Amino acid sequence: MSVKPRIKLPDLIKSGDVIEVKTLVSHVMETGQRKDKDGKPIARNIINSFTAVHAGKTVFEAKLQPGTSSNPFISFFMKVSGPGDLVLTWIDDAGVKITDTVAVKIG
Amino acid sequence: MALQVLIDRRTLLLSSAGAAAILALLPDGAHAQDAQALDASIRKAIGDAKPVEGRITLTLPEIAENGNTVPFEFVVQSPMTDADYVKAVHVFAPGNPQPEVATFLFTAASGKAAVNSRMRLAKTQDIVALAEMSDGTVFMTKRIVKVTIGGCGG
Repeated sequence: MSVKPRIKLPDLIKSGDVIEVKTLVSHVMETGQRKDKDGKPIARNIINSFTAVHAGKTVFEAKLQPGTSSNPFISFFMKVSGPGDLVLTWIDDAGVKITDTVAVKIG
Repeated sequence: MALQVLIDRRTLLLSSAGAAAILALLPDGAHAQDAQALDASIRKAIGDAKPVEGRITLTLPEIAENGNTVPFEFVVQSPMTDADYVKAVHVFAPGNPQPEVATFLFTAASGKAAVNSRMRLAKTQDIVALAEMSDGTVFMTKRIVKVTIGGCGG
């Protein structure tokens, strides 16, 4: 579960730009619908929350449900107000928190 | 308050019971109980607001060979200013065991209310997306996806 998420920002970012941020994180996203080979239901464990905070300001959030695929890929947009760290956090049902920070550099 | 849905371009407003009946008549295995589950989920997401068609564009493949990962994309037309922005977009797959796919929350700092992600689909069905604006209005759109191999449980 400690696999590093993959985050892609555009190569060239200018202040005021609206940029696309592509994210991919490894997670089984167990729906709670499946049964193991003994017929017992497998407990639900999905990433239920994803947040993107840039320079202390929330720019995007997602509340994921079992209908989201495993290894969730999410691409979203944000307005770059200036340089600052973009902190991305994924939290699953078990409370495991995956977090990664990328610096948004104005170039 | 009955949830009213605008179907096609006709100004035909349907009560939730009517919508359930219409969905039941759709081909490709859309069931009345799917419609009921969808109605309950929509009510949970947006309360009593009445969705109208427009402003949100949902892009999905016509045929999804593998229901485990079906790419989807939506864009909502909005100036995305502090006064007028998209608050949330809810995506539903009514034919899944649980209709909720995800809810995406935006702020004016999002710049653009658009997301690209992947969903699971159990069977061929109409995907519904609702966009909640900062002034409380709700826009909706629907897209049918044919699913070859379902991707939920089993």
